[in-house]
Amino acid sequence: MLKGYVPPYNATVVQKLLDQGALLMGKTNLDEFAMGSGSTDGIFGPVKNPWSYSKQYREKRKQKSHGENEDSDWLITGGSSGGSAAAVSAFTCFAALGSDTGGSTRNPAAHCGVVGLKPSYGLVSRHGLIPLVNSMDVPGTLTRCVDDAATVLGILAGHDPKDSTTIQDPVKPFTLPSLTDVSKLCIGIPKEYLTPALSSEVRSLWSKAANLFESEGAKVIEVSLPHTSYSIVCYHVLCTSEVASNMARFDGLEYGHRCDTDVSTEAMYAATRREGFNDVVRERILSGNFFLLKENYENYFVKAQKVRRLIARDFVNVFNSGVDVLLTPTTLSEAVPHTEFIREDNRTRSAQNDIFTQAVNMAGLPAVSVPMALSSQGLPIGLQFIGRAFCDQQLLTVAKWFEKRVQFPVIQLQELMDDCSSIFENEKLASVSLK
Amino acid sequence: MATPMLRWCCPGRRWIFAGIGGGSRHGRGVPTGSTSSGKRGQSSVAQQPLITAQKPRKGEREWAAVVGLEIHAQIASNSKLFSGSQVDFAAPPNSLVSFFDASLPGTLPVLNRRCVEAAVMTGLALDCHINRKSLFDRKHYFYADLPAGYQITQQRLPIAVNGSLAYSVCVGQRWSQMVTRTVGVKQIQLEQDSGKSLHDNLRSQTLIDLNRAGVGLLEVVLEPDMSCGEEAAAAIRELQLILQALGTSQANMAEGQLRVDANISVHHPGEPLGVRTEVKNLNSARFLAKAIDYEIQRQISELENGGKILNETRSFDYKLGCTVPMRDKEGKQDYRFMPEPNLPPLLLYDSGSLPTGADPQQVIDIDQLREQLPELPRVTREKLVRQYGMRPEHSFALLNEVGLLEFFQNVMKETRAEPKKVTSWVLNTFLGFLKQQNLAVSESPVTPSALAELLDLLDRKAISSSAAKQAQCVKTRKNSILIKGGLPPHLQPHLTVSGGHKVPGTQRTLTNKHPEG
Repeated sequence: MLKGYVPPYNATVVQKLLDQGALLMGKTNLDEFAMGSGSTDGIFGPVKNPWSYSKQYREKRKQKSHGENEDSDWLITGGSSGGSAAAVSAFTCFAALGSDTGGSTRNPAAHCGVVGLKPSYGLVSRHGLIPLVNSMDVPGTLTRCVDDAATVLGILAGHDPKDSTTIQDPVKPFTLPSLTDVSKLCIGIPKEYLTPALSSEVRSLWSKAANLFESEGAKVIEVSLPHTSYSIVCYHVLCTSEVASNMARFDGLEYGHRCDTDVSTEAMYAATRREGFNDVVRERILSGNFFLLKENYENYFVKAQKVRRLIARDFVNVFNSGVDVLLTPTTLSEAVPHTEFIREDNRTRSAQNDIFTQAVNMAGLPAVSVPMALSSQGLPIGLQFIGRAFCDQQLLTVAKWFEKRVQFPVIQLQELMDDCSSIFENEKLASVSLK
Repeated sequence: MATPMLRWCCPGRRWIFAGIGGGSRHGRGVPTGSTSSGKRGQSSVAQQPLITAQKPRKGEREWAAVVGLEIHAQIASNSKLFSGSQVDFAAPPNSLVSFFDASLPGTLPVLNRRCVEAAVMTGLALDCHINRKSLFDRKHYFYADLPAGYQITQQRLPIAVNGSLAYSVCVGQRWSQMVTRTVGVKQIQLEQDSGKSLHDNLRSQTLIDLNRAGVGLLEVVLEPDMSCGEEAAAAIRELQLILQALGTSQANMAEGQLRVDANISVHHPGEPLGVRTEVKNLNSARFLAKAIDYEIQRQISELENGGKILNETRSFDYKLGCTVPMRDKEGKQDYRFMPEPNLPPLLLYDSGSLPTGADPQQVIDIDQLREQLPELPRVTREKLVRQYGMRPEHSFALLNEVGLLEFFQNVMKETRAEPKKVTSWVLNTFLGFLKQQNLAVSESPVTPSALAELLDLLDRKAISSSAAKQAQCVKTRKNSILIKGGLPPHLQPHLTVSGGHKVPGTQRTLTNKHPEG
């Protein structure tokens, strides 16, 4: 739909980075209009996870002696901001921007072994972010370490007059303290997030992380988010409704792709939109319009908004009871091969993979995925921390403490190792930081 | 067609002309300016006057018509409702279109303070309750002049509700009988205007101009308390005057700054309301009244002949003087209303609830706006009546013409003539002259001072009434008045119209300035 479209203005977050001297290296691939959890449904084709080519993964695979063509079984990055996660993971750049509506930044971060931050809703301007769900979208950051995420956030956060949903309070850039004493910290483990679909490896790492906090003196308690099971359906209703609305502007009239038909305006609209949108987008538009029909509005949209409030309140209650930060998985498992991923359709996959991440968007809270360890297959697994609204700084402080303790290994890509062997000598180096 | 309808609709009514004394209607004029009844100040609350069919037909029963109005007034502001692009009605096509107006992806609406103030002021002037919290919604439909595919409006909770608008109409045969009626104001809401479509049938294409897309509109919904075209026209006229006095809209129908849609239905008194139709595409108060009256009769005819009224949208064909169905291709529209997620609720304050230390740039104080409200037409007219002993119908007429009131007041400042005489002269001779020459008050070659002096002469009986009337105001390059007709030399004054202070009654020498051209 946006073929040939060159935006005539910079998004606020991009401008802010440019103003600070950042060098824009390029635009990354994603699922079309950020709809998807695999970064497989874009017009430029799917994104390949760099870890598919890592020494860690390849060595484990050789042990299984499949003997197949090495490239046919490459892994997905997760999505929808898979391109950005891959770029950061493969050392193409220091940081990348993504968007997060239901987990689109955190999900690929976990699969690509990088730090994916979703700031609090209202902290970072959405001016220039093509909207998916206006009430849930946030620009997200992908970086190789938590300190970098904090640096970028410090630049991006703050009121933007062009975005009426940003908070007015002034925000100053900050550096994260190096937390040593976690005895005053209370970590919550939501019990409803322990689902059978969770892979045993992720579950055990989750448990290990909880124990780590406890062993260092933090209070780790089980908490309840009772409305978790309704979350994914609620998200689906609200997401498709807003999508139907946001996509209404793409008609080929003012910009972007326009079909060749010139029989009538209606025909032009119909053909342009059919040609310009992929199946996933069209599906969501149709669903959304259904929910917004007069006869359905109360039963679907309004009901979903009410459930959304309950979900948000669940979090508020938990935080009010003394919990500082929640600890949950980010994804159900490590990254899967593309061939396996595409066996199910986009909607099914999204419903499966967004399970730990989308409630956060509905509540507008900050959350960050931090890579913890490699799976038995040599692939990254990340865990998610969820913080109180506008306590992004505190959230990142805890994440940084965790990152330091777990010492997630650097990706060993042959090309990189050949070029920069001296840098990678020290395997404890988690990233090449911005400092 | 017109006359029988009128007589039947509102017994004895005439079209109300802009001037008094049956002068010719001003070319651009909108007919109102009612006369008052002898009983000043008596007003009747809105009723549903019974309408008797001119020729009792089959049913021989009475019909009552119910008319409601939806008015869209363009807000007089420098920039649009949600974007910073300029508002200018005469600009080249697509020259005032911001990224947001063109619906470029990623752009977001930012509310214009001036538009909110305009809405609040209008709400206060119409005695509405101002909602301290109001919400914005999206109304979806596909049309080429709606770039985003939706309009941002206020459907759930508008900014102002439950007000009333008082207007005056003539009753009876004589134009001097005026009554005041009121129509309820259901709500006032802020919303975006759409762009303009120009259909080029020759080349089978439609040209879109987005200059107007996103301009702020006040939608004023009037309750169905009216019963015929004349009442509707009178209500619209009064609303125009109010909006113009407030400065919130220029409200010129011919320029599209004020657009009116009428909802019309008929029923037998005592029975439930009938199916209503909506009539659009009315760009003058006169056509509004005509269209409404036509539609009322059409519906009555239809029903009396055993037909049915469809809940449809019709437009008014000026040439034929009738309403015709508009092409309704999609059947009933479902606008799929949804809250506008990019705009938080609009919160307004009053002096009691204003948060301490609030940035005045960021908040709106309703009480402050109320204090700053300009004088409303109703009050102005009352003052005229009190101050000058003027007849109410004259006060209406003075306000009816742009600039006339100010002209009158300027004359009054400089003349010693009696207000009644001045009034009469201004409304009859002066205004009549202007209309004859097809001039607006602002284009008058006669200044207030000049007229003041003329009236003084008349007052002192220095010149006769007929002589004064014979005075032709000829516009010369130096704008001096040449007085024709017999005047004794020693009374021939030197009159210039260059302004300045004139002392009435001073003898001046005559200068003979020849008219040029």
